[in-house]
Amino acid sequence: MRLFVSEGAPGSLPVLAAARRAQGRAELLISTVGPEECVVPFLTQPKVPVLQLDNGNYLFSTSAICRYFFLLSGWEQDDLTNQWLEWEATELQPALSAALYYLVVQGKKGEDVLGPVRRALTHIDHSLSRRSCPFLAGETESLADIVLWGALYPLLQDPAYLPEELGALHSWFQTVSSQEPCQRAAETVLKQQGVLALRPYLQKQPQPSSLQGRAVSNEPEEEELATLSEEEIAMAVTAWEKGLGNLPPLRPPQNPVYSRLRQWNTLYLCGTDEYGTATETKAMEEGLTPQEICDKYHAIHADIYRWFNISFDIFGRTTTPQQTKITQDIFQRLFSRGFVLQDTVEQLRCEQCARFLADRFVEGVCPFCGYEEARGDQCDKCGKLINATELKKPQCKVCRSCPVVKSSQHLFLDLPKLEKRLEEWLENTLPGSDWTPNARFIIRSWLRDGLKPRCITRDLKWGTPVPLEGFEDKVFYVWFDATIGYLSITANYTDQWERWWKNPEQVSLYQFMAKDNVPFHGLVFPCSALGAEDNYTLVSHLIATEYLNYEDGKFSKSRGVGVFGDMAQDTGIPADIWRFYLLYIRPEGQDSAFSWTDMLLKNNSELLNNLGNFINRAGMFVSKFFGGYVPEMVLTSDDQRLLAHVTLELQHYHQLLEKVRIRDALRSILTISRHGNQYIQVNEPWKRIKGSEADRQRAGTVTGLAVNIAALLSVMLQPYMPTVSATIQAQLQLPPPACGILLTNFLCTLPAGHLIGTVSPLFQKLENDQIESLRQRFGGGQLEESLELKAKVSSKPAVGETVTATGPQQIQVLMDEVTKQGNIVRELKAQKADKNQVAAEVAKLLDLKKQLALAEGKPLETPKGKKKK
Amino acid sequence: MAAAAELTLLEKSLGLSKGNKYSAQGERQIPVLQTNNGPSLTGLTTIAAHLVKQANKEYLLGSTAEEKAIVQQWLEYRVTRVDGHSSKDDIRALLKDLNSYLEDKVYLTGYNFTLADILLYYGLHRFIVDLTVQEKEKYLNVSRWFCHIQHYPGIRQHLSSVVFIKNRLYTNSH
Repeated sequence: MRLFVSEGAPGSLPVLAAARRAQGRAELLISTVGPEECVVPFLTQPKVPVLQLDNGNYLFSTSAICRYFFLLSGWEQDDLTNQWLEWEATELQPALSAALYYLVVQGKKGEDVLGPVRRALTHIDHSLSRRSCPFLAGETESLADIVLWGALYPLLQDPAYLPEELGALHSWFQTVSSQEPCQRAAETVLKQQGVLALRPYLQKQPQPSSLQGRAVSNEPEEEELATLSEEEIAMAVTAWEKGLGNLPPLRPPQNPVYSRLRQWNTLYLCGTDEYGTATETKAMEEGLTPQEICDKYHAIHADIYRWFNISFDIFGRTTTPQQTKITQDIFQRLFSRGFVLQDTVEQLRCEQCARFLADRFVEGVCPFCGYEEARGDQCDKCGKLINATELKKPQCKVCRSCPVVKSSQHLFLDLPKLEKRLEEWLENTLPGSDWTPNARFIIRSWLRDGLKPRCITRDLKWGTPVPLEGFEDKVFYVWFDATIGYLSITANYTDQWERWWKNPEQVSLYQFMAKDNVPFHGLVFPCSALGAEDNYTLVSHLIATEYLNYEDGKFSKSRGVGVFGDMAQDTGIPADIWRFYLLYIRPEGQDSAFSWTDMLLKNNSELLNNLGNFINRAGMFVSKFFGGYVPEMVLTSDDQRLLAHVTLELQHYHQLLEKVRIRDALRSILTISRHGNQYIQVNEPWKRIKGSEADRQRAGTVTGLAVNIAALLSVMLQPYMPTVSATIQAQLQLPPPACGILLTNFLCTLPAGHLIGTVSPLFQKLENDQIESLRQRFGGGQLEESLELKAKVSSKPAVGETVTATGPQQIQVLMDEVTKQGNIVRELKAQKADKNQVAAEVAKLLDLKKQLALAEGKPLETPKGKKKK
Repeated sequence: MAAAAELTLLEKSLGLSKGNKYSAQGERQIPVLQTNNGPSLTGLTTIAAHLVKQANKEYLLGSTAEEKAIVQQWLEYRVTRVDGHSSKDDIRALLKDLNSYLEDKVYLTGYNFTLADILLYYGLHRFIVDLTVQEKEKYLNVSRWFCHIQHYPGIRQHLSSVVFIKNRLYTNSH
């Protein structure tokens, strides 16, 4: 057989050291080739070292060549060696090639070089000290030692890159390096020039792939074990020993449930926004009064939130006297300061019903094709858009009498006049705040296009009355008063409401919504509040999510595709599991999709096997081995390290939640329990409990620490899974002061001698057939492609979300969009624009109308003139 | 395919009745097996080799020193190259090399079916299903090998069967 090596190729080190093993068993020729020579005929990229076997086949993997030499010497493969070699190939090599590239090619030094490999070095050191064997796979030097030594030697032969504190790694490296075959290999390859001997070779290699893309990412990675400094460990240990009693400084309120955990004074509210055309329409459909409709749906919404365990301080509504009072007050202040304009709008009015008719309350003859049942906004036969006032023989849809064209006075909020104040406020608010990028973007694009006066009144009955002479039969348009709902709901909760809403110095306001609601919360209401000049608390952090899709398509109520708030409880899946999964896929940053299969997977892997398994084991060990009493804990350096890792992850959790990255913080919880599982697995308390006195003490420490981590997790889980959290706390008999507070450090809340309760499993496995039948029941999968529907879903059932009931508002958005698009089409037609261009805009308009019909819960109508009766 | 799912497939193909439980570690979701007698095992190929021994099918790891080394080499290839963040170009380069390697071979070791064939088949499956007819023809030796392995009793299981056309359609491409 023939070995091909190249000058300065690091792979030669282990191969040459291992070759000694094969001496006398096979004839070995060694050839030196250039670093760019392709020795292996089937590989496109040059690769050395390579071993050509006598049968003509090639070994091009350094480890495989070493393994072959060892096999020739009669050595037998074993699991542990396989594991080390796999780790070397998948973990160590990528890190090491990055470090060597920095050191040799880029000439960097110190932490720049050590950084990428520190974790890997620590892993080796831990493994060696844990097994207390001198070598990686046992009592004698073997294949794993040679392969890892060969990989590490170029770096570690410089003492600057062999960290002092890694004692076990240190002595292992010295021992292996002093072996004669290794010494000889080192001399041959490095030629006493140290790592620089590798330069000619490494310079010709492409940049290691592990470096590509790494520099740009400053996202905190979900590291298995982060690197810790001594101080971090020391601080974690000090905090642990102090126990409860060092409360953190108070901070401004944040995300509701979490901020309660931090003992921040928090008010968490939500409500239904009940006024508007949509309510009137729905009431007519169901034969109820608008008030009855609102009562009915408010109760349904409240029930859903209750079932999901969303712990609002108050879940209110906008149809209250407080709403009228506050809305009218804000209006009066705006009016008296000259921020309200009056203008005339032409509209159809039904004299018999004594009201102005919204477009969809009118039918008549199409002015274009003569179709007799054209609607006020569009003809179903020719598909053309109609201005309600252009309809021939218009009819009121309710009483069938003929409406007349009347001009109607309306009030407009003078947004252009308030634009400057808004910009000033945004300049002071946005920098350093937690507004999500999509919210910033939406506001920016509105400002870029310039604000226009917005009509804030409607010819309706169902709404907040306009307190102005001549406007007695008009009400405020929903988007003017809906956001005032938050104030009135607070006023219904406490007469001290102004201490929340007129106190911008002390209150931080967080608002949660789907992105379609951003303009009203981030722009229109702030303008109203700024113009009213009453020191209102304005939104400090506007948190907008993207959309959640269902399986491969969209949620669609009309086609029964998807799970809606009121159906979740019929699935037999507990609310906490829904909360967990919906937050796990919370559309932060980009749209996400709900998937049944994924839900099953996450439940079975993350909840059952990871989190549930850890907490249950920790508790079971206390019950089974220590009679239910938390054992004495004598912390070793390994335990201290674990403490520091948990503390680090806890602080990460805090940082994320303070930035309202709810989905990402959930990952921290799962990471801690993964640490916990590994810790138990490595320390095997179930074995040690049967061993010597020292072993039993060790089992006690491990169990005690594990059960304290379980206690910590129960508190961290509270915002995500309140019922599970309470169950764990009951099982562990967590002392009440520790249940509801989360500190920045991990403390010992279950001291030695604490008696825990009865431990039982927390989660149930979701079965395939169960999920499959749910999938069938709720539809999904393939959707007809002709229906490009955009049923929008706000992440309603999610914890910590202050979402207004978006129904009417969303309809309003769509209605506005339809009007806007209608104008575009009309303009194009007036300009006699290109036919295709017109057709494209008309298609957009039809699509918007479909969405509108959907949002209103109306059956879908095809624009092809199919008659609907 | 998640590593745990793959190992479950492997267990079945080896005829192991008792299903093991796997946890996943870290960002790359490396599988971990908790063995009853001894420390846990980490890593796809490590666990796979362990399962083969458990099933008393050591021959799947190779019978001579050469074969054993070759099997391990391709297992390493599988977890480093196939599982690396593979862009389309990476995959093309990989298939090209593999196609050239398999030119004179029935299996990865030459004449004997081994664990390397199984895991490379599982690892490549997601890429092969997406190949066009023309690409499958371009990597003719890979296609022949892949088709052979997917028909090996008990290996494919629920994975989709990839269709290879026996008559060549693109005679000019070579």
